[in-house]
Amino acid sequence: MATYLDFEQKIKQIQDDVISAEVRHDVNAVEIFKKDLEKEVAKTYKNLSPYQELQLARHQDRPYALDYINIILEDKYEIHGDRHFADDQAIVCYIGYIQGQRTMVIGEQKGRGTKNKLKRNFGMPNPEGYRKALRAAKMAEKFNMPLLMLIDTPGAYPGLGAEERNQSEAIARNLLELSQLDTVTVSVVIGEGGSGGALAIGVADKLAMMRYSVFSVISPEGCSAILWNDPSKVETATKALKITSSDLKDLDLVDDVIDEPLIGAHRDREGAANAIADYFISTVISYKDTSSKDRLDQRYIRLTSVGAFSE
Amino acid sequence: MNLLDLFTKKSSSTKQATKNEAPAHWIKCKSCNSLMYYKEIENQNYVCPKCDFHIRIGVDERLKILVDEGTFTEYDENLRPIDPLKFVDKKSYVKRVEENSKKTGKFSSVVSGEGNIDGIATQLVVFDFSFMGGSLGSVEGEKIVRAINRAIEKRQGLIIISASGGARMQESTFALMQMSKTSAALARLADEKLPYISLLTDPTMGGVSASFATLGDIIIAEPGALIGFAGQRVIKQTIGSDLPDGFQRAEFLLEKGSIDMVVNRNEMKKTLHDLLKVLLGK
Repeated sequence: MATYLDFEQKIKQIQDDVISAEVRHDVNAVEIFKKDLEKEVAKTYKNLSPYQELQLARHQDRPYALDYINIILEDKYEIHGDRHFADDQAIVCYIGYIQGQRTMVIGEQKGRGTKNKLKRNFGMPNPEGYRKALRAAKMAEKFNMPLLMLIDTPGAYPGLGAEERNQSEAIARNLLELSQLDTVTVSVVIGEGGSGGALAIGVADKLAMMRYSVFSVISPEGCSAILWNDPSKVETATKALKITSSDLKDLDLVDDVIDEPLIGAHRDREGAANAIADYFISTVISYKDTSSKDRLDQRYIRLTSVGAFSE
Repeated sequence: MNLLDLFTKKSSSTKQATKNEAPAHWIKCKSCNSLMYYKEIENQNYVCPKCDFHIRIGVDERLKILVDEGTFTEYDENLRPIDPLKFVDKKSYVKRVEENSKKTGKFSSVVSGEGNIDGIATQLVVFDFSFMGGSLGSVEGEKIVRAINRAIEKRQGLIIISASGGARMQESTFALMQMSKTSAALARLADEKLPYISLLTDPTMGGVSASFATLGDIIIAEPGALIGFAGQRVIKQTIGSDLPDGFQRAEFLLEKGSIDMVVNRNEMKKTLHDLLKVLLGK
């Protein structure tokens, strides 16, 4: 069953009309309703507020990392574990082929349904998850495979064990190592880009965001509680933090926004997955004639020139 | 202030003045509650002589303790935050910067420069917790990167002394990306085989902890310093129970293998000097 957000109720109504017309085999009505549906979707999605975009980014029908991996990665094998402590299920790593290109994929994986949510720890990695990701990234470098990283997490897990095993260092180490990883790297925020836990797989030659994804230093809930001292100010905080793909592109903090199908990735996973695959492959091709030193220098300059200050 | 104060305020104004003077001369240890004369505690580098509690100190005190007298030159003091997001919560970011500047005389939570540690010229970055909770924003990130670049240029070691609640929310993603900015620059410092000593003081949390602060060749913490990724309140909420004694304290991190040493402030200068000397082969 599809899930509809409160601002999508009109869309749901028309969708129901389409279905009932289909059941009646009323071909004319189906056609009319489908046109209505298109118009309604276009209208609704044209004027989303930042808070509505946040809701879409967290939509439970939105494709998660594994949904994308299952669609775009062929002849794939999963690699497991950080070789030290555990196999963190909140991060998945795969080797395979995207449109024929050998590729390593790292993804933060949220679970669908209670059982899977628990298994995936709601997409909140522990240090061993980031260390597994780093191991996969180093393997990609060693075998000269481009690396695709899919970001989707509320944040790194805030737990006792995570702190004991040095969550801070796991994230920091990835930031340092990924800044110099000698292969083409692409990070895409597919849903929620939650703070340092997202950035830990977000350091790359290109950082892109899906149209309805967000990237933020703190969750709007956390921000409203701390800065406004009022948990009900979530919408205000969402707006103030400028976390939508269009805002972050305007601020030049991300390189590209990947368009989603008109009805959103949550209603057309195939379309969204192909958009990511196309973006990844065209990025890899764009670096074909760039030496690895030049590519790493460009990455370094991009990473170190971020900032807004006066002098 | 309670209701009674409101009524008695005028008549007791002289009394208030003497009351306000007291804390300037007498400092109470937060840990053992003993009262110390300010001159005495200053001579002790703000370490309680009774219980060894390390009182939080500002940049000036820190530099006085660690750097040879008259050798410190500040750099990049003219870098100032702008307000890229026009951020307003209960107050505007511009107003907060203004208030914090008035309070501290600075425009950033970081002072950076060059100074000698027992004769060894070193690049230093010192966080000031009293400026917006030592938060990491664009100016702080830029100062750190420039200090790293100076260390490379002059073939010197780098010391970063952290005291921070984490990334500055008012700069949102700009602040977040200072984590990758500083870490990328540290990778270049490592390529040059120059030593980076990270000194963690109370508190070092969040985005600062999860970037340059934990990337030191040597990581030192002051006794009792709170150090971690997630805040204690958030962890408590997440796990639904109380935290064990000493959790996220310097000694806990030492036991878990996350840092190299816990060093008393009175031994800090000698320790830093000795480490720089041996790592630089001087």
